[in-house]
Amino acid sequence: MTATQDRPALEIGKDRRRKEDQRLITGRTRWTDNFQLPGMLHLAMVRSPYAHAKILNVSTDEAKASLNVVTVLTGADVADEQGGLPNAWAITTDQITPNHPSIAVDRVAFAGEIVAVVVARSAAAARDAAELVDVDYEELPAAIDLKEAAEDKVLAHPDLGTNKSAFWQFDSAGAGTGGSIDEAIDKARTDGIVIEREYRQQRLIPAFMEPRSVVVDPTSEQITMWSATQNPHILRFLLAAVLGVSESKIRVIAPDVGGGFGGKLQVTPEEFITFMAARRLGKPCKYTETRSESLMAAHHGRDQWQKLTLAATKDGRVTGLKVDLIADLGAYVALVGGGVPVLGAFMFNSIYKFEAYQFNCQTVLTNKTWTDAYRGAGRPEATFGIERIMDELAAELGVDPLEIREKNWIRNDEFPFTTVCGMEYDSGNYEAATAKAKEIFGYDALRAEQKQRRESGDPVQLGIGVSTFTEMCGLAPSRVLGSLNYGAGGWESASIRMLPTGKVEVVTGSSAHGQGHETAWSQIVADRLGVAFEDVEVLHGDTQIAAKGMDTYGSRSLVVGGEALVLAADKVIEKAKPIAAHLLECSVDDIEFSAGRFGVKGTDQGLAIGEIALATFAAHNLPDGIEPTLDSDATYDPIAFSFPHGTHLCAVEIDTETGGLTMRKYACVDDIGNIINPLIVAGQVHGGLVQGIAQALWEEAVHDEAGTLVSASFVDYLVPTAADTISFDIDHTTSPSTTNTLGTKGVGEAGTIASTPAVVNAVVDAIRHFGVNDVRMPCTPQRIYKAIHSHDVAESGGDPTAGAAAAQFDPQDTADRTEGDVQ
Amino acid sequence: MIPAQFDYVAPGSVEEALAALAEHGDEAKVIAGGQSLLPVLRMRLNAPSIVIDLGRIDSLRGISEDGDELVIGAMTTHSDVGSSALVAEHAALITKAVEHLADSQIRHRGTFGGALAHADPAGDLGAPALALDARFVIAGPGGSRTVPADEFFVDLFETAIGEDELLTEVRIPKHTGWGAHYEKFVRVSHQWPIVAVAATVKTDGGTISEARVGLTNMGSTPLRAAVVERALVGQPATDAAVREAAKAAADGTNPPTDLNGDSDYRKHLATVLTRRAVLAAAGG
Repeated sequence: MTATQDRPALEIGKDRRRKEDQRLITGRTRWTDNFQLPGMLHLAMVRSPYAHAKILNVSTDEAKASLNVVTVLTGADVADEQGGLPNAWAITTDQITPNHPSIAVDRVAFAGEIVAVVVARSAAAARDAAELVDVDYEELPAAIDLKEAAEDKVLAHPDLGTNKSAFWQFDSAGAGTGGSIDEAIDKARTDGIVIEREYRQQRLIPAFMEPRSVVVDPTSEQITMWSATQNPHILRFLLAAVLGVSESKIRVIAPDVGGGFGGKLQVTPEEFITFMAARRLGKPCKYTETRSESLMAAHHGRDQWQKLTLAATKDGRVTGLKVDLIADLGAYVALVGGGVPVLGAFMFNSIYKFEAYQFNCQTVLTNKTWTDAYRGAGRPEATFGIERIMDELAAELGVDPLEIREKNWIRNDEFPFTTVCGMEYDSGNYEAATAKAKEIFGYDALRAEQKQRRESGDPVQLGIGVSTFTEMCGLAPSRVLGSLNYGAGGWESASIRMLPTGKVEVVTGSSAHGQGHETAWSQIVADRLGVAFEDVEVLHGDTQIAAKGMDTYGSRSLVVGGEALVLAADKVIEKAKPIAAHLLECSVDDIEFSAGRFGVKGTDQGLAIGEIALATFAAHNLPDGIEPTLDSDATYDPIAFSFPHGTHLCAVEIDTETGGLTMRKYACVDDIGNIINPLIVAGQVHGGLVQGIAQALWEEAVHDEAGTLVSASFVDYLVPTAADTISFDIDHTTSPSTTNTLGTKGVGEAGTIASTPAVVNAVVDAIRHFGVNDVRMPCTPQRIYKAIHSHDVAESGGDPTAGAAAAQFDPQDTADRTEGDVQ
Repeated sequence: MIPAQFDYVAPGSVEEALAALAEHGDEAKVIAGGQSLLPVLRMRLNAPSIVIDLGRIDSLRGISEDGDELVIGAMTTHSDVGSSALVAEHAALITKAVEHLADSQIRHRGTFGGALAHADPAGDLGAPALALDARFVIAGPGGSRTVPADEFFVDLFETAIGEDELLTEVRIPKHTGWGAHYEKFVRVSHQWPIVAVAATVKTDGGTISEARVGLTNMGSTPLRAAVVERALVGQPATDAAVREAAKAAADGTNPPTDLNGDSDYRKHLATVLTRRAVLAAAGG
C-alpha cells in the first residue's frame, strides 16, 4: 500500500471565496421565514404605543371573532407560565433587575412592548385582527432622558424606587494594578495638565438585514425552534430554564441567519411567546417581525454619557485617567445588557501606559427600548473616549496627535505587557502598524495640504483623524467570566467526523450568521488533516447536530472555536496513528504524519488519512482493543484574551458653508495576528469600518419626549449604502497571538471600534481653528455648521451640540479649558 | 408589513379608470409606480378599499413634442425621462433632477406623474416642474382641464387633482438652450433632500438674461424663488453677483424642522445651494 494523496497547497492564508456566498447572496437558502410547516399558524404582536402606562383592560373579543383567528393571548393568560426574560450577567450582586415578562401583564415600560398576541391561520389574518385588539392604557410619567433618569426624577419602574440598576467600579489602586487616580489628578492640577471632557455615545440600532423570525414545531417528542439567532445553544438552555421544560425536550436550530451585529444574541420575548403559543395550541407557529417592529423593539445599542478626566505631565505623558459613565439600559436589563459597559472598562487605557486608572459605571433604567451588545460592545465606547481625549491632549500641547500617542503607547519591546487594568497583552507592534498606516495614507502630504487650506481660508477645510486601538477578543476565559459574575463559561467546542469516503464533517459550536465559518473552518481542517478544502463540510447552528456550543459574539469564533477545532483535528491524527501502524506493520513510534499522509519513518511506505478512515469504518483489521472510530471532540477554554490592534487614519473635507462632509481617504493597518482567509478579513474590516463611520456620521435612534421612537424607519434611521462610502486602503501587520495555536486574534469588531473616533477626530481637526473642540455624534452637517459658526455674532437658531463638548465639571480647576468649547 | 385587504382593478384606458374612480370615490386610491403608495399601505397609514392600477394604460406612457411644449405621459418612468434625449434638449433641468432621484431601482418603477401627483414637498420633481412653468393635464368626468404649476401644488401631499380625476400628462414649455442644474443636499445618497434647488438660466454673453429657480423641501409645497429670479436678470454670471441675488432665496419660505436640520439651517442652506445651482446652470 502506498499513499496516493498529494499534499494540497496550504489553505490557510489563501483568499478563498466563501462557500456560503452563492446561497446567501442569491437568497436561495433557508432563512427562518422560509419555513412552511403543515398546519402552521401565524402570530402578530399588539404593541404598546406608550413608553410607560398601566394596562387597565385588554379587550380581545372582536379580534377573537375575526376570520381565521385561532386565539388571542394576553399577559394575564400566560402570567403563570411565562416567567421573566433572563439577565445572564448581573454586574453586581445587588443589581436591581426588573422582572421582564414576555407579554406585559399590568404595565408597559417602553413603546413597542408586547401587550397581546394574535394567532391566526395566515399572517395577514393575524395582522388584521391585531388592529382589533382594544387596549385601555393609563399613561404614566416616563423616564426618557438618560441624565434625568439617573437622578430618579421620574421612575421607569415605580415599584423599584430607583432607576439606578448597578454601580460598577474598577480602581487600579484598589486592585493593586496601578496607582491612585486622585493623586495623579491632584498632581497634574499642580504641575501638569488636566483635560476634562464629556462625550455622548448616541443610541444605535443594530439594523441587521434579515428581520428576526422564529418558527416553533411542537408536534414531535422534542419541541423544535428555528430562530434567526446568534445563540441557538444559549437560547435552548434559557428556554428550558425559564419555562421549566426539560432541556432534552428542546431542539433549537439557527438556519442561515442574515446578520446580527449583537442584535441577535438576545433571547427575545418573541421567541418565548412563539414557543408558548405552539405548546398551547399543539401546532407549528411562526412569527416574523416587520422592519418597523425590528427598529422599535429589537434591542438597541450604546447610549452612554462619558465623563473623562485625563491627567498628564506638561510634556504630554499621561499619568492617569478617570472615567465616569452612565449607561442607558432601557426598560429592562437585557441578556448581557448591564455588562456591555463593563466590557469597555478594561479598554479605556487602550494601548497606553497609565499609572493610575479608575472606571465608574452607573447603569440606569429608562422607559426606552432595552439595550444590549452592538458590534464592539463596550470597546467602541472606550476606544472613542480615550482616542478623542488623546487628540484633545495633543491639541492642548500643540503637537501632532500621533506624536502624543507614541509618547504614551506600549513599545514593541515591552510585550508581553500587563496593563493598569491587570490585563496581559500578548503581543503587538504599534510602531510598525502606525508607520505603515502613515505611508499608505500619505500622512505628511495631507498635513501639508491641510496647512495650505487653512492659510488660504479655503471654504473647504481638510481634517485628519487618528485612532489607534486595541481590543480584547476571544470571549472568554471561563474563570475571568466567573470573576465578573457572568452567567456562563467562555469555552467552545468542535467535533470532527471522518467519513468512510474520505470526506470530513466538522461540527462547530459557534453559530455563524454571515461570518464565513464554513469557509475558514474548512481551510483550517484542510491544512491540519491534509484533506482537500472541498472535502470538508462544516455543520453548525443546530443543537441536535452541534450539541455543545457557546455561539457567536465578541470576536470569539476563530480564536476560541478555531482552537477547539485544532485540538479535535489533532485527536483524529492521534487516533489514526496506531491504526496506521497496524496496517503498515510498524511501530507507532515510527509513524509520522504530514500533509494528510501517515508514513513510516525512513521508508516510502505510507497511507493517506482517507485510507485510514475507510479501514476504520470497515473495522476488519484493527489492532486489538482499538475503538473503531477516528471521530474526535474537543472543548477549549481559552487561557487568555487576544489583543488585536491597529492604526486608523481618516481624512475628511468639510464644506464650511454648509457643514457638509466628504470623506477623502481612509487607511487602516490592523494587526490581527495570523490570517486564515484574507478575503473574509477584508470583508470584516470593510463592513466594520462602514458601521463605525455610520455611528460617527449618520445613525442615531432618537426618541421624542413622550418616548416614541422618531427614527422608526430607514427614512430617518440613516443606514449607509455603498454609495455613501469610499474605497478603503486596508493593510496588516502580523504579530501572531501567543495564546493559541493558530496565532489568530479577532477581527469581527476591529473596524467598528477604530473608525468612529478616527472620523470624529477628523471632523474636529478640520474645524478646530474655528474654536471647536467637539461635535456630537452623529456629526450631521447642521451640527458641524453650527459648531463652526457658534462664535459668529448673533447666530440664530438652537444648537444641537449643546452640552456635548464643554469641559463643564470642576470648572475652577480646568486649567486646560480650550477657548473653543462649543456652547 | 402586510397591508389591510383591498380590491384591485387595472383598467385598460383612462375612461375606464375614471369610471372606476367615479364608482368608488374616496374609497379608491390610484397606484402609478407604487414607490410611495406601497410603503403607506404596508405601514397601514392608509387603507383604501380599492386600488386602481394605471400600469396597463399604454397611452399614459411616453415623451413627445407638441409645438413649443414637451409632453411627458404621467406613467413614464423616471428612468425613461432621465434617459430621454428630448427632455435633455428642451428641459435639461428635469434630466438633472431625475439623475439624483432616489436610487436606480426606484427610478425604474416610479413614474413622473405619480411622483408629482403625490406632491411630497421633499420630492425631486416639484421644484423643477414649477421652475419650468409646467402645465398639468388632468382628466375628469367632464373632460380634460389644464392647470398651471403654480396652481397645481396646493399643500402638503395635496394637488389640484380632484377625487374623481387623474393626472394624464405634464406639458413643459421648451427651455431649449437654457443651462440647468439641480443642487441637492443630503446626508446619505438615498434619502429625500434636506434642501434642494432647481435652477435653469438663459445666458447671453456671460450675462443672465432669464432665470428660473425652484426650491425643494422649503415649505409645504415646492416653491419658486421669484425674488432671486428677478434679481438675477441682467447680472453677470459671477460668484459675487449671484451670491448677492441668492441671499433672498429663503425669503417667504417656511421650511420644516426635523432630524436632518432645523428650519433656520434649511433657510441658510437654500441661499448657498441657490448660488451654487445658478452658477452651475450658467456654466460657472
